[in-house]
Amino acid sequence: MTTDTGFEESRRESVPDRLQHLLHAQPTLGPLAVLLLAVIVFSIINTRFLNPENLSLVLQQVTVIALLALGQTLIILTAGIDLSAGAIAVFSSILMANLAFEAGFPGVVALLAGLLFGTAMGAFNGVLVTWIKLPPFIVTLGTLSIFFALNSVVSGSETVRGSDLPAIMTWTGDTIPIGSFRLTYGSIIMLLLFGFFFYLLAHTAWGKHVRATGDDAEAARLAGIRTSRVLLSVYTVAGAIYAVAAWVLIGRLASADPNVGTEYNLDSITAVVLGGTSLFGGRGGVVGTLVGALIVGVFRNGLVLAGVQVVWQGFAIGLLVLLAVTIDQWIRKVRA
Amino acid sequence: MSTQPPTERLHEVDLVEKVPVMRARGLVKRYGRVTALSGSDLELYPGEILAVIGDNGAGKSSLIKALSGALVPDDGEIWLDGEQVNFRSPMDARQAGIETVYQTLAVAPGLDIADNLFLGREIRKAGPLGSVLRMLDRKQMRIEAQRHMSELGIATLQNIGQAVESLSGGQRQGVAVARSAAFGSKVVILDEPTAALGVKEGNRVLQLIRDVRDRGLPVILISHNMPHVFEVADRIHIQRLGRRVAVVTPASHSMSETVAIMTGAAPAPNTPS
Repeated sequence: MTTDTGFEESRRESVPDRLQHLLHAQPTLGPLAVLLLAVIVFSIINTRFLNPENLSLVLQQVTVIALLALGQTLIILTAGIDLSAGAIAVFSSILMANLAFEAGFPGVVALLAGLLFGTAMGAFNGVLVTWIKLPPFIVTLGTLSIFFALNSVVSGSETVRGSDLPAIMTWTGDTIPIGSFRLTYGSIIMLLLFGFFFYLLAHTAWGKHVRATGDDAEAARLAGIRTSRVLLSVYTVAGAIYAVAAWVLIGRLASADPNVGTEYNLDSITAVVLGGTSLFGGRGGVVGTLVGALIVGVFRNGLVLAGVQVVWQGFAIGLLVLLAVTIDQWIRKVRA
Repeated sequence: MSTQPPTERLHEVDLVEKVPVMRARGLVKRYGRVTALSGSDLELYPGEILAVIGDNGAGKSSLIKALSGALVPDDGEIWLDGEQVNFRSPMDARQAGIETVYQTLAVAPGLDIADNLFLGREIRKAGPLGSVLRMLDRKQMRIEAQRHMSELGIATLQNIGQAVESLSGGQRQGVAVARSAAFGSKVVILDEPTAALGVKEGNRVLQLIRDVRDRGLPVILISHNMPHVFEVADRIHIQRLGRRVAVVTPASHSMSETVAIMTGAAPAPNTPS
């Protein structure tokens, strides 16, 4: 306790106040509690839920969405939104596959080219947002249509089977058995990328600048941060992450299918929001997003095992999203 | 207005030997047919608080923006420590040692106090951790942030790792002033720092401004609040119709005389009318 600073305010905190402050300081706690609760409830309803085979399935199902949500998190932290995340991933997977299968490039070359194309698509979004200063929602709504259209043109709406693809492209679907748990290389890549971006956000100046830009772009600019450059880097990096998701997607499906992924765009936003990252920018992080993606996976899988009809999965996840946004609004009102 | 009027010098008797830290001569800024600055001068001496007052449209914010690099004047000269400077951007001014605290947009609310103090000039760890992995030295930044805050007497009450949005308005302004004091090596410019604050917090910020001056940094304070101006200012620069009409001190003129000069109700003490 201090005296005579003129700054302190009397504070007598009620239980909700304290909870609000706690969640404000540790925004990942809420999603983590939801995840744990869901795991406990679903394993009580159906003991098969905790089987290693089932848990590996949950992780595999979550991996692509988690990667898309990782890129999405960076963009939402800057108070933006990316409706084209899934479109970039699917189109990149089609480009990779067709460069190898149709054009006959070696697997590594086709893969790297696909990663570059995805990065370029992200950068294209970034250029429109920073140079022409269009709202991210509109930009990515437009590029969503453009990328899906080009996707249909390039693919001719035809799937390339995994057996026709170089081994390196489907390698992400290969598994390492840990007991009866089967960990895919794609999941390992996903977890490594989450670790990498956790580091970047928490321990580098770039991470601080991303948050500051999303928090209050004008204040960040006056503090000497080149916010346009920060935004451009975020959209470009997100594109690169989506392209990695494309590679993982090919491994997961054991094919490159131009007709999947229409729901990926919104699913990635769902995971971010469930993970406690605020749609208004500046608040949240990648750990929460990983938890959010796992919540989606656990609910989908757990509800099936509990014998609930598939149509109710979407209902349950929709309720969770509304709850998460309500809690975020409440947390944002915190004051000393 | 181009020559220094004699009576104005009289008020500066104790400053006569001093050389201005910052000096502006004949600054002109036009926006189309509107002239915001019509040959404005300014001197800031070492170790003083210079208040800049003026009615709306007197050109006070254009003057301040020219000094802080936020606008480029059409004509005129700015001298800093005896050298002429040409600021093209706020970054130029900052690199020259001029820190500005803007009225509303002082801090990034989601970041903590230490992060805000070092925003845009973060410290990286020594060795490969910093140069290759670009890792920030958070410990060092927190220690230094704590030191800067306690030098200004505002450290003890707050956890340096606390998000700025959970602070009150006065505390946030305290963080912004501490940042400018920590990094401004020549001049600190404060634009209406007490405008949004209550009485108690406003007084606390005034004390902070004095502390900054007492540590040797001259301060330019823009304010509408006459009691605040008269409480802390060593000299008061009165801006009217795009130029400086007078410089008074709280000792030489009363508040109502000063306001009369500012609004044009009374002639400036040393301008030929």
